[in-house]
Amino acid sequence: MSRNGSHGHPTPGAYVGIFTALMLLTALTVWAAFQHLGIWNTPVALAIAVAKALLVALIFMHLRYSPRLTGIVVTASVLWLAILIVITASDYLTRSWLPIYGR
Amino acid sequence: MSEAAHGGAQGAAPELQHHFESLSAQKEASSLGMWIFLVTEVLFFGGMFTAYVVYRSNNRAAFEGASNLLDIRLGAFNTAVLILSSLTMALAVWAASRGKKNLIVLFLASTLLLGSVFLGVKVVEYSQKFEHHEVPGPHFIVPHGLPRQSEMFFSLYFCMTGLHALHMIIGIGLLAWLIAKARRGAFTVRYSTPVEMVGLYWHFVDIVWIFLFPLLYLLGRHTL
Repeated sequence: MSRNGSHGHPTPGAYVGIFTALMLLTALTVWAAFQHLGIWNTPVALAIAVAKALLVALIFMHLRYSPRLTGIVVTASVLWLAILIVITASDYLTRSWLPIYGR
Repeated sequence: MSEAAHGGAQGAAPELQHHFESLSAQKEASSLGMWIFLVTEVLFFGGMFTAYVVYRSNNRAAFEGASNLLDIRLGAFNTAVLILSSLTMALAVWAASRGKKNLIVLFLASTLLLGSVFLGVKVVEYSQKFEHHEVPGPHFIVPHGLPRQSEMFFSLYFCMTGLHALHMIIGIGLLAWLIAKARRGAFTVRYSTPVEMVGLYWHFVDIVWIFLFPLLYLLGRHTL
């Protein structure tokens, strides 16, 4: 891991490789949407989206070549987003589980 | 206090602000600041994704049916356009780090053009929604065979893609500013931080779309 300047950053060829991978994953997610996967359609779509986001963040955004502090900042953003969604969902998505008036 | 007194090991550099020891320290500070801004953006969009989770889980059939009314070809085309624009942006940052003035302008202009194509397709999509009375509000007509709650899907569709499009418009403005600077030769091997920071912003907007595309366009396609 390089901390400074352009040393160790990807070459244009590597960027084109990542671009190709992103296009293939886009085709894969469209194909998967038309398959009968039961409850797994959305998890598969999200898994592919996370893979694409990681490729963009790590290579295009140079996260892989950045100081560790940047990685901690990014991880914190994902954690806060998870807190936001999980705690909200723990209320709204569980209301039908209990036979409580006014749910 | 004069700038020369703080020039440090890098020597006198006009790009170096006096409160930084070196150009690399200045660049790391800029980069960290930009990432922290992007964290706030994650939570800005995160509020909408949370609303999406709540309403979709309570109105599954309405969301799947309404999603099928979006044009999957235009959505997929725009996804490809945006990914290609991320490639040209990454190449612009690479060219800037090498100080290749003509290539910087070429790649930034390509990114700007692709961003405009994305917004143009979005205009076509939005106008189709207006024609079909699928825009939430007094003129909304519940699509045939769908639950009333399909209006909620379109509310979220317009809020999420609208906020995303606003970010694209701001990004295009930033690109125009960068192109003007690059043409004046403002970016060199030693200093190209603005190109890198706009690059981070542009890639972030791409990542938002990477999640919006499957969550808005691809629901319930297998049920057709």
